[in-house]
Amino acid sequence: MDFQLTDEQRALQETARKYAREVIRPKAAYYDETAQFPLDLIEKGFELGLLNLAVPAEYGGLGLSHLDGVIATEELAWGCAGVATSMIANDLALLPILIGGTDEQKRRFVTPFTKELKFASFGLTEPGAGSDVAGMSTTLRREGDHYVLNGQKQFITNGEHASQYTVFATTDRSKRHKGITCVVIEGRPKGMTVGKHENKMGQRASNTVTLTFEDVRVPVENRIGEEGEGFRIAMETLDNSRPLTAIVATGIARAAMEHAIDYAKQRQQFGRPIAEFQGIQFMLADMGMQIQAARLLTYQSAWMLDQGQKNTLVSSYAKSFAADMAMKVTTDAVQVFGGYGYMKEYPVEKLMRDAKLIQIYEGTSQVQRIVIARELLR
Amino acid sequence: MKILVTAKRVEDPESKIKVKPDGTGIVQEGLKYKINPFDEIAVEEGLRLVAKHGGEVVVVSIGGKEVHEQLRHALAMGAHKAVWVNHTGPLDQMGVAGLLQKVVEKEKPDLVILGKQSIDDDQNQVGQYLAEWLGWGQATFASKAESFDSENEKNKVPALVVGADNKTVRVVREVDGGLATVECQLPAVVTTDLRLNQPRYASLPGIMKAKSKPIEELIPAGLGVDVTPKLTVTKMSAPPARKAGIKVPDVATLVEKLKTEAKVI
Repeated sequence: MDFQLTDEQRALQETARKYAREVIRPKAAYYDETAQFPLDLIEKGFELGLLNLAVPAEYGGLGLSHLDGVIATEELAWGCAGVATSMIANDLALLPILIGGTDEQKRRFVTPFTKELKFASFGLTEPGAGSDVAGMSTTLRREGDHYVLNGQKQFITNGEHASQYTVFATTDRSKRHKGITCVVIEGRPKGMTVGKHENKMGQRASNTVTLTFEDVRVPVENRIGEEGEGFRIAMETLDNSRPLTAIVATGIARAAMEHAIDYAKQRQQFGRPIAEFQGIQFMLADMGMQIQAARLLTYQSAWMLDQGQKNTLVSSYAKSFAADMAMKVTTDAVQVFGGYGYMKEYPVEKLMRDAKLIQIYEGTSQVQRIVIARELLR
Repeated sequence: MKILVTAKRVEDPESKIKVKPDGTGIVQEGLKYKINPFDEIAVEEGLRLVAKHGGEVVVVSIGGKEVHEQLRHALAMGAHKAVWVNHTGPLDQMGVAGLLQKVVEKEKPDLVILGKQSIDDDQNQVGQYLAEWLGWGQATFASKAESFDSENEKNKVPALVVGADNKTVRVVREVDGGLATVECQLPAVVTTDLRLNQPRYASLPGIMKAKSKPIEELIPAGLGVDVTPKLTVTKMSAPPARKAGIKVPDVATLVEKLKTEAKVI
């Protein structure tokens, strides 16, 4: 066992940290306030190689390990979780293709993303099917060499800016999860509409829209895996992406703790800095230990993927622990700031709003516990 | 053209530096290290010149194995190869300049660009010694004057311009009260000031590529340089803590105190 980062890992962490500090941070409040898409920040991130971290070298990527991706993503989230979510959305959309696609499909649908800045979206959630993935009602009907896609996908990250969509739909609703099939939609085919950008509580820099499909024709060669394999591909994708969401939570919490420490040192009450009061110290100590625990759990869940091990249990530990931890740490950070923490002029209330989303997206904290219990009770 | 740049390993300016209680040095545990910011500017300038004129950038660092981190950083920025002078133990400015002189004689660059000083001991001497010992021209404190983002600055000619025949370099220098422009014959030594450029990031593809770029190892004995320091640091101490200010009742007292106590007017 070795807890040392390699030289390359420290170097990429340093680059991501510098980018987060110098490029993301100065504009994080602006994009939170306006909920505009932070294209200028993402363009700079793309130039530095901070997008599409999951793409293997043979398909034009950098060939980073999952752990490398996690280390870099913590820094992005430290800068702004909304920006980080938009930056890792491509990975989420490309992973199903990398997991279930043929070599030819990977070259067609993944490699172009490494050549120029483009966005892809992952479409699983529906208005009526959130945690109950198998209850989805978007349908795929085969017609010769095409499928006809009908239905609606909800809360789709980067959907307004994407030029490619990885969509899950069912070829037979009665089969529940065994009917789910994954297809790639290129561009904006006839019958596809993109809804308005949702007005979110937090992570407002990330674009979130509804996609509607009315008789959208999808070539059969855009199907990833076989009919009915979509559920497995989606679950495996989430095994891969859970470490990333867990580390986004960790990055938010670290930012909150740093703000809380700085503030506690300079805020004077009763004639001394509040950092000298044990009540504040205990909150800071809890933040430090929980953040470290979440990070190590997340590192382990990514490392297991790199070792080719199944990480469903540990990545669910990491995701739910880190999400709940970030909620607690950011809430306490607001508490350390007192009345000022509740004001938008100070940075911590944003972090609290940003953290909340991690308990919800990519499997709620409750669904993670169901997954954990199922693994434990096997 | 071939450009040699330096990459000294220094304490991260953002870390908290503490002097050891016995005054023999600083507490190194838990410190983070970086490439000397002035050297990073030198690397950037070298890369920009090579992008324009072709050629290669060779980066050199002196120290133990740990300086590979700084060499790799320069390689990740885009430098083509690295030279590592493997030396541990004390080294003064003449030792550094002596070692660099041998590396220069071996590598035969057209131009050497170094930081004007390193931010750890702030000597500001190595570039000058090196030019003197090589018998080359020198242009120190290469700089620009305005904010990098201003329109005026973007339209200005670069501070380092190599002549069309690759035989001269024109350098804008920062001097007291303004800028001076000098021209040197190549080969020459240039040292960089803070406002010369904004160094690029080491991109992730750059970091991955740097893994396979060569680092050549040299040792002082092999270079025939005696690096026994002529300069010894006898004591280090932290600057005295700032004393609290005083309040004066009126302007007359303030003027009086400025005259008699502060002696500034």
